[in-house]
Amino acid sequence: MSDKSKSLAKAEDAEHDYSAGLAVIAPDAVKDPGMEPHRVRMTDKSEAHEKRAARQVAALFLFSIVSSAFALYAYFAFPIVEGSNASVRDNTLLLGLGAAFGMLAIGIGAVHWAKTLMPDAEVSEARHQTRGSEETRARAIEIIDLANKESGFSRRKLIRRSLYGALAFFPLPGILVFADLGPNPGDSLKHTMWKKGTRLTRDPDGKPIKASDVTIGSVFHVIPEGLAELEHHKLEEKAKAAVLLVRVDPSILKESEERKDWSYDGIVAYSKICTHVGCPVALYEQQTHHLLCPCHQSTFDLTDACKVIFGPASRPLPQLPIAVDAEGYLVAQDDFNEPVGPSFWERSVNE
Amino acid sequence: MTKQKLNNARRSPFAAILVILAGLLISGGGYAVASDAIDTTSVSATSQETVDAGKKLFLANCASCHGSNAEGGNMGPSLIGVGAASVDFQVGTGRMPAQASGPQVMKKPVQFTEEQTAQLAAYVASLSPGPSIPSEEWVGEAALASGDTSKGGELFRINCAMCHNAVGAGGALTDGKFAPRLEGVEAKHIYEAMVIGPQNMPVFNDSNLTPEDKRDIISYLKYVEANPSAGGEELGGLGPVAEGLFVWIFVLGGIVVITIWLGAKSN
Repeated sequence: MSDKSKSLAKAEDAEHDYSAGLAVIAPDAVKDPGMEPHRVRMTDKSEAHEKRAARQVAALFLFSIVSSAFALYAYFAFPIVEGSNASVRDNTLLLGLGAAFGMLAIGIGAVHWAKTLMPDAEVSEARHQTRGSEETRARAIEIIDLANKESGFSRRKLIRRSLYGALAFFPLPGILVFADLGPNPGDSLKHTMWKKGTRLTRDPDGKPIKASDVTIGSVFHVIPEGLAELEHHKLEEKAKAAVLLVRVDPSILKESEERKDWSYDGIVAYSKICTHVGCPVALYEQQTHHLLCPCHQSTFDLTDACKVIFGPASRPLPQLPIAVDAEGYLVAQDDFNEPVGPSFWERSVNE
Repeated sequence: MTKQKLNNARRSPFAAILVILAGLLISGGGYAVASDAIDTTSVSATSQETVDAGKKLFLANCASCHGSNAEGGNMGPSLIGVGAASVDFQVGTGRMPAQASGPQVMKKPVQFTEEQTAQLAAYVASLSPGPSIPSEEWVGEAALASGDTSKGGELFRINCAMCHNAVGAGGALTDGKFAPRLEGVEAKHIYEAMVIGPQNMPVFNDSNLTPEDKRDIISYLKYVEANPSAGGEELGGLGPVAEGLFVWIFVLGGIVVITIWLGAKSN
């Protein structure tokens, strides 16, 4: 370390007199180890190394020129062809790579230059005191007083008060737009499109499903009748009403007394919306009868009222009670008897 | 040659080699003749001959698990009523005969010729009616070329993508089971899989996905196969997991390396 930097590091003047404030100063505080000893670089010791470093920096800058030129070349050599996605990819990729390396090489060259060739003496500069001198502070008050006098801010009541008023009102439009976060969903989270007699139809074309269509081992992705024709809020309704329809051997279904008539000859319908965070649970394993959620691996046992057998979901999937109408089509007996999907704050209220 | 001499000759080390060579020649030559015989037998799809040939193959290769009348057993399910489509899928993709029991029977090199597969299929189909092998009308090249890929894509995303991934890259199920990658799978095997629901795959019968729907889905898969991603390397098409892993390891790793270099002193 040179003598000059040493003196700078140890410089102490009246300005750097800090108050400890409320801080507790440990008596055996770690001592300032000071600067580590300066290591002389190879580029300072040997001319050959210095020259080589200079050539490396120049080479990096030259590489930058080549890269930027390549970007220009690529723009014309790989034009975007109408209708070809691959041409868009090639064009943007090569143009971007050229421009990126053009910039990166300048940066690497500059850093390499600074690290190998520019002086590397370590210097420490103490921070300034934040409080201005008395003289500066007095001068600042003088300026504020002058501004007050010249603008008449204290004297002109009308202007001052109307300005306060304007300042109070201008944030209101910004606050008002938060109203768009609402309205509150009300009880819409607790009801779906399913009603007594709504036919179960195929996703996406809305073709009604006959009980005889659902052979053992089949899976149908189901939407309520009329959803496919909705013009407004179709996706919102689908996100609540989507149902998975599966037929299994009726003898393996473990049904509670109250749900005995919710299935039809081994055909069961369950909400497809995971009770964890609402992903569509649609991975059905035909042999194990497990329903698997692809997001967090919650696993439901379809034969046992879709109770959770693995994963973070905490409730079984809601079951849609189904029946068959006079024409043999599958219909809902009613809406789900609980809100579908993940938990929400008001879920248990008024249930 | 006296008896003593013959005994000595039998004990000579060359005798064993000669016997093995002779055995190999006879069995190998015999096999060649036999397989020539199979190759030259002309069979029509439904003839009794085909069924009989299939039954012989079945007894030799399948009956140990599926029972000598395909009635099923502890090791394998009954094949009565599974139809020709099931046999063509399982044998035609090499899954059957199964090599070992495990979470899932794996695809492997096909063990039978097309003709033998057809004979097995004919035998199993003769036991009881079941789904048949799809015709060229639905899985032929002309049919696939006329399929509606965008409708097929929609149906694939609704019915298949949750297990097989949106571009058919495959995905994991529970306990070591998985939905296989669909790239490079023959059109008729995809069709058959939808009809029969092999292993843990559910069944998609014709009233759920009509033959046209199935054709459209296969058209979509073949379209995806023929049109590589415009976004560059797909990293397996597995989505955010593979892409995130790549970014975390290589991009963030690169940033860490650059940061260390920036802070390091030059020597």
